[in-house]
Amino acid sequence: MARTHVTTVVNGDETEFLTEDSTSLLNALRDEVGLTGAKEGCGTGDCGACSVMVDDKVTCACLVFAPEVDGSTILTVEGLADSGELHPLQQCFLEGAALQCGICTPGFLISAKALLDRNPDPTETEIRYALAGNLCRCTGYDKIIRAVQEAAREMRGQ
Amino acid sequence: MAVVEENPGYKWVGTRPIRPDGLEKVTGKAQFGADLMLPGMLFGKVVRSPHAHARIISIDTTAAEAMVGVKAVITGSDFPDLAANGAHPSEIDVANNTIAREKVLYEGHVVAAVAATTRDQAEAAAKAVEVTYEILPHVLTVDEAMADDAPLLHEGMITKGVDPAPEEASNVASKILHERGDLDQGFGEADAVVEREFTTKPVHQGYIEPHAAVADANSDGRAHIWCSSQGHFQMRAYSASVLGISPGMLKVTAAEIGGGFGGKTVIYLEPLAVRLSQRAGRPVKLVMDRDEVFRATGPTSGTRIKVKMGVSKDGKITAAEVWMAYEAGAYAGSPVGAAGMTAIACYDIPNFVVEGYDVVCNKPRVAAYRAPGAPMAAFAVESVLDELARDIGMDPIEIRLANAAVEGTQASYGPKFPRIGFVETLEAIKDHPNYTAELGPNQGRGIAAGFWFNAGMMSSATVHINENGTATVVTGSPDIGGSRQSMALMAAEELGIPYESIKAVVADTETVGFNDVTGGSRVTLATGAAVVDACRLIVEDLRARAAKTWDVELDQVEWVDGQAQHAEGAQPPLSLKDLAAKSGRTGGPISANASLNSRGVGAGFSTQLCDVEVDPETGVTRVVRYLTAQDAGRAISPDYVEGQMQGGVVQGIGWALSEEYIHDSDGVMENPGFLDYRIPVASDLPMIDCAIVEVPNPAHPYGVRGVGEVGIVPPMAAVGNAINDALDVRMTDLPMSPVKILEALNDQGD
Amino acid sequence: MAQVHFSAGLRDLTGGLAQVEVEATTVRRLVVALEEMFPGIGEQLNEASSVAIDGEIFTDADYEPVSDSSEVHFLDIFQGG
Repeated sequence: MARTHVTTVVNGDETEFLTEDSTSLLNALRDEVGLTGAKEGCGTGDCGACSVMVDDKVTCACLVFAPEVDGSTILTVEGLADSGELHPLQQCFLEGAALQCGICTPGFLISAKALLDRNPDPTETEIRYALAGNLCRCTGYDKIIRAVQEAAREMRGQ
Repeated sequence: MAVVEENPGYKWVGTRPIRPDGLEKVTGKAQFGADLMLPGMLFGKVVRSPHAHARIISIDTTAAEAMVGVKAVITGSDFPDLAANGAHPSEIDVANNTIAREKVLYEGHVVAAVAATTRDQAEAAAKAVEVTYEILPHVLTVDEAMADDAPLLHEGMITKGVDPAPEEASNVASKILHERGDLDQGFGEADAVVEREFTTKPVHQGYIEPHAAVADANSDGRAHIWCSSQGHFQMRAYSASVLGISPGMLKVTAAEIGGGFGGKTVIYLEPLAVRLSQRAGRPVKLVMDRDEVFRATGPTSGTRIKVKMGVSKDGKITAAEVWMAYEAGAYAGSPVGAAGMTAIACYDIPNFVVEGYDVVCNKPRVAAYRAPGAPMAAFAVESVLDELARDIGMDPIEIRLANAAVEGTQASYGPKFPRIGFVETLEAIKDHPNYTAELGPNQGRGIAAGFWFNAGMMSSATVHINENGTATVVTGSPDIGGSRQSMALMAAEELGIPYESIKAVVADTETVGFNDVTGGSRVTLATGAAVVDACRLIVEDLRARAAKTWDVELDQVEWVDGQAQHAEGAQPPLSLKDLAAKSGRTGGPISANASLNSRGVGAGFSTQLCDVEVDPETGVTRVVRYLTAQDAGRAISPDYVEGQMQGGVVQGIGWALSEEYIHDSDGVMENPGFLDYRIPVASDLPMIDCAIVEVPNPAHPYGVRGVGEVGIVPPMAAVGNAINDALDVRMTDLPMSPVKILEALNDQGD
Repeated sequence: MAQVHFSAGLRDLTGGLAQVEVEATTVRRLVVALEEMFPGIGEQLNEASSVAIDGEIFTDADYEPVSDSSEVHFLDIFQGG
């Protein structure tokens, strides 16, 4: 079967891969590119564990066919840290114990980054709604919300 | 005031450092069940029954086997007949649940599995397996299953626990009974009596990571399994049994686990992956889709529960009568036993009968879910107690205080309680500002309490001192909620070295001694005790080495702050680093193992306070304020104790308001996805306030009580009681969805 | 003599008795003594019971000591999540 050649920029690096037309971006990232940070929790766009940024937009990678991202720029959780220095969200998740099992964490970090990129000073309610597409079954969300609040404060220099 | 015992001067225990496995989890490096890729690995796919109850007439795999890329196809006949081998009935059930033989017992029951070069090929091949069924009548609820002339799942099932034993088979696997005193006399002494009937639906643990397993089998019969599991030793035992081989032939590595809550204490995919790998001669990965997780892995029981309780004017419970029927799903083993033991265990009640039935039906086999069995019973009992308090005009905390089990109370399930902290959790609620916070229009406040035993069981730990004086703590308890941190904190405390100098790891089944599952709130307690024991052996060894070095008697050497000190100060101290560097001269590497069957399990109690706002137009309930008070004994790792408390509460809120299995009349699940099976999301909730109560468990070196489970016991009743406070309607059927609340409001208006 | 209590589910095997007194020094010896009194109960106790000795719950505690003043309860096994 002929496979499609896809050229993208993933976490800053030009990345090429071959894929079936029916393969999801999530499976292409995991199987072809070797980035397993984005997780499949549902495969139907309901849980957000596969959240990545495609051209600065939060996207469920399980809902996009891999050939659709040809020419796009993609950010996954593996690209959040800058040369080994953690993003403030990553640091605040660690310090605030905002993860337990950690399966949902990559998706939450991406969604929270997208929120803070567009709204550096969100209210608690805004954070809760911005993260409503990401399911966490361990934490009850409390410490996740607080970690995002703390990261927002730090990123604003407060 | 909540009892927080004086800090006995711990340096590390009770602090909040960053967890050992955190960095990998925020950078995407952590390897979960589905993340492993091996060279030449095949993708597997499972074929499942579309019917709730059917006889398998034939399975034709020839078309699937002939397809491009297909390397193996297996069915039930590829596994040994355990019944013929005289296996224990519980092992036979595990085997038959893993892959069906003569009958399928629920929609989603495995009938075959395939392995192929690509995912798409595996999916296509799974569809090409032709199964011919003879559809049988099914039963979906305890009511249907217990009805006269109900179709039987297991023709030979004779109810256990009934004397004399019934002569005819039924769907009732067993009966349990707890009784004390004289029920008639007790109700005779009551000034108020309330009798209610409650129903709950099956709910799923809802871990975000679907089950996943990779198996790599060798031609000599050995195999390596990587899986997402709460207990890889148990996984090894179950898998070996289903495969008909010795456990030693299997090596199981626990991947990082993406949530379990009880649901990953059992096997589904592992033996299938091994058999496929053996047939194909290549590694095989099997990963469930979300809808397979819902259709075929353990939810917890749907139930019907009747409660009748009486109280005197002064609030003393005089009698309680509880009748419970719990769905087991396809095979015997609902948690009704634990439900019977916990239902009224919070209270000192002189006269009671608690009766329960374990009932099979054509739904997926139930699996443990956080304090298995207790939450549904607590929903019923705590709702009735709330109503009784209202009837006699008593504060809901005061009525619980008036009956609370304390040290020495004969627990309803038998023995006397040792030191417990139930009263302290009630007082913590009373002392919190939430208790007197003002309520707005359409808002109400509810209180409920819960009890869970916690488990002990078997654990092993190994501690190695590295050549630079740092330490590696090795256990075999998969870490779901931060237990590596609590292991490292206790080891730091014992060894007297910094937390950062300790690496806590979870090892495979060939690298560390046996560990029971991560479940029953046991890991910090039991595996923690093994770590403490191993560290104490290390400290003894270090003292002996220092004594040798100084040429003094052992009793001249003390271990203080991570260094050996001469009792009279006659020698300069020897640090762990010094001793590690010279270990070759003093007897070789410094290492110790400890294994134990844990004792001193501390009972866990939680009391919770919930404020809701109900929209009388839509029936939508919103939790606006929530406080949970729980006795942790000693919070080794307060961050993750709070995490367990908050997580349990929110799962309970989902159970209370929105989660349920919905089946159509054919027994097919209608909502096998997170869109229609709705677990709470961030925007549904307020912050969850925590009051950690610390009444140390006298039987544990640090006073630890398990904290993982009891938090899910009170929420359904707390929410229901709050709804009642807001609207004066008593909700008795979970979930308390908007449509049911509107119905209740309409009925109230009639 | 240790006071041994049976849950209602076990009383089928004890002829309805809820409590007996048994002379034994360990759980294992206690179970052997009970088997002599109530044939068939041993297997049930070994397979499907935890035991509480003076309020402390044990699983598979064959060699746990039992004293003359001990209060022993056999409990149904339960599973944690």
